[in-house]
Amino acid sequence: WPRVPGLGHSGSGSTLLGYIGIDTIIEQMRKKTMKAGFDFNIMIVGHSGLGKSTLVNTLFKSQVSRWSSGWGGEHKIPKTVEIKAVSHVIEEGGVKMKLTVIDTPGFGDQINNENCWDPISKYINEQYEKFLKEEVNIARKKRIPDTRVHCCLYFISPTGHSLRQLDIEFMKHLSRVVNIIPVIAKSDTMTPDEKNEFKHRVRKELETHGIEYYPQNEFDDDMEDKNENDKIREAMPFAVVGSDKEFQVNGKRVLGRKTAWGVVEVENPNHCEFALLRDFLIRSHLQDLKEVTHNIHYETYRARRLNDNGGLHPISANNTQESNL
Amino acid sequence: MSNGARSVTEVHRNGNIMAQEKLLEGYVGFANLPNQVYRKSVKRGFEFTLMVVGESGLGKSTLINSLFLTDLYSPEYPGPSHRIKKTVQVEQSKVLVKEGGVQLLLTIVDTPGFGDAVDNSNCWQPVIDHIDSKFEDYLNSESRVNRRQMPDNRVHCCLYFIAPSGHGLKPLDIEFMKRLHEKVNIIPLIAKADTMTPEECQQFKKQIMREITEHKIQIYEFPETNDEEENKMVKKIKDRLPLAVVGSNTIIVVNEKRVRGRQYPWGVAEVENGEHCDFTILRNMLIRTHMQDLKDVTNNVHYENYRSRKLAAVTYNGVDNNKNKGPMTKSPLAQMEEERREHVTKMEKMEMEMEQVFEMKVKEKIQKLKDSELELQRRHEQMKKNLEAQHKELEEKRRQLEDEKHNWEAQQRVLEQQKLDASRTLEKNKKKKIF
Repeated sequence: WPRVPGLGHSGSGSTLLGYIGIDTIIEQMRKKTMKAGFDFNIMIVGHSGLGKSTLVNTLFKSQVSRWSSGWGGEHKIPKTVEIKAVSHVIEEGGVKMKLTVIDTPGFGDQINNENCWDPISKYINEQYEKFLKEEVNIARKKRIPDTRVHCCLYFISPTGHSLRQLDIEFMKHLSRVVNIIPVIAKSDTMTPDEKNEFKHRVRKELETHGIEYYPQNEFDDDMEDKNENDKIREAMPFAVVGSDKEFQVNGKRVLGRKTAWGVVEVENPNHCEFALLRDFLIRSHLQDLKEVTHNIHYETYRARRLNDNGGLHPISANNTQESNL
Repeated sequence: MSNGARSVTEVHRNGNIMAQEKLLEGYVGFANLPNQVYRKSVKRGFEFTLMVVGESGLGKSTLINSLFLTDLYSPEYPGPSHRIKKTVQVEQSKVLVKEGGVQLLLTIVDTPGFGDAVDNSNCWQPVIDHIDSKFEDYLNSESRVNRRQMPDNRVHCCLYFIAPSGHGLKPLDIEFMKRLHEKVNIIPLIAKADTMTPEECQQFKKQIMREITEHKIQIYEFPETNDEEENKMVKKIKDRLPLAVVGSNTIIVVNEKRVRGRQYPWGVAEVENGEHCDFTILRNMLIRTHMQDLKDVTNNVHYENYRSRKLAAVTYNGVDNNKNKGPMTKSPLAQMEEERREHVTKMEKMEMEMEQVFEMKVKEKIQKLKDSELELQRRHEQMKKNLEAQHKELEEKRRQLEDEKHNWEAQQRVLEQQKLDASRTLEKNKKKKIF
């Protein structure tokens, strides 16, 4: 045998006798993904007036909501639930991200809100359908454009008492189709005690109704993940405050809301949990959200579709029969 | 003789008596009248019914506790929001409050479950039914013979809580206020006002007032008075409508003062601080200055509307039209006119119909008579024919009979002849024999 440095005799799990350079694969992957860029689609759901657009702007530190893209100044409540998607490309540290914010005006605003989640689940399933069609194509693109909803932020109204009937219904219907992250909106309404009590009650209710929010228990890969996710699950739903205005506090410029009795600092962990949400959503679990959507929710949809039809038939975009939940 | 008592001259003008103002020449003493009224009312005590409406979690119970500085809803008797309900209920709680010798029987009407379901159509119906039933009770007790006890349980004021979304009114808010502004005094409030910064609050208030005028909703109007001072205060209140309120059950120490407030990590929101929220304005307005006016407007406007509508529907035709659903849109007089016209046309139609029926019957009868006449004639003919036939038969028979008679007679004659011949022959023979 010619002596090749680094190769021992045993096959798997062998100790390396020199530096090969396998770990550079991480660097290669990084370069590739940086060139290709990311897609991230986030949907925000909640009835009007809960500060959804403001929060999204704060999360991504830029004017990405639909109000900022010139949708007209009037906040008129539409008669039915509409789906409005706005895309922006933002860049940070050489990494490009195509962020799509999907807004749902009209949700929960009518007098009769029966089945107001239908347009939303239809939209989500349509995106899965689009991806499936591309995948099944004979001559398919190298990179299939990913419009699937990776994450759904559901805004809970800070009543201080419990979840509303509509909240429970929505989350029950959609937690099996998309990653739902419940957040408590406008949490500067509540004092710290009220906040803790409310969160506790909401968590109990979600448990009672069997609503699995992201990060789901069943998808924890190993002990390390489980511990980390357990800690996060205990702290959810995050009580957040959004703001895109800056104020001077103690010589620093901070994002916040100025009231007559003080300034609510958005990034101060004593004031609200915005920083926790941002770290969780963007800094640690962004890729995981995409993976769960692709490996689990999308696969469930695909399996159901292929089983139902015994093969794939061409379907029109208006066919809502497929989205039976 | 001038006695300072006479201070009014009656002047007849066009049949109307106009009273002229006259200066008094001494102290008469009827300036004491307000005190007498005051003493009597204090002895009687006051009643006030307040209704609070809004989705759960808007701080209604907390606000009531703060307003009246009592724990109407306490941990032992939690507010309706803490109890789970499936449909909209209307609940009453009564509390007797005493202050400075004056007694107030306060009734709080709460509406748990309002706007909480997924489908909230007609969630205002129980509220409307409650208000109407209180009006009806009062109407009945007013019409009774024995009127000593007339408890006034009518709803004097409705505090409507708007959620602090920062955008505008929700469709549910607009629907509710549209249906109730003619039945009760509506005072819209912005709940949990510590959610908003002062600028957002201003913006929100403007938006709400714009929408209220756009939908022609009549909220409670503060009356103008002759007093300049009061007018200024009223104008200040009007500028700050709808009032943005904050309620609190806890007392916090701020700058060595004990105040009601909410403790946040970034500061304390004081309930009674005019710069933090409009709570003091609401309390002063509701209790200290306008309570009596609210009761008067309820009595003179809302109750009278209800009464005239109800009585107009019942009086005409003696038929109780209250069984019919549907709002009365015309004034009672127009209603009566129209009903009379309807009645008259109905009568005319009935008359015409009856005449028609009558004619038809007459024709039938005539026809029948004619028929029977013909029938009779026919029979008559028939019988005549029979008779003639019989007659003929008889004639025949008679002839036959005659013929037979003739024959018989002829035969008889022949026989006779023969007999005669026979006897002759015999005689001859006899004679011959002798010889």
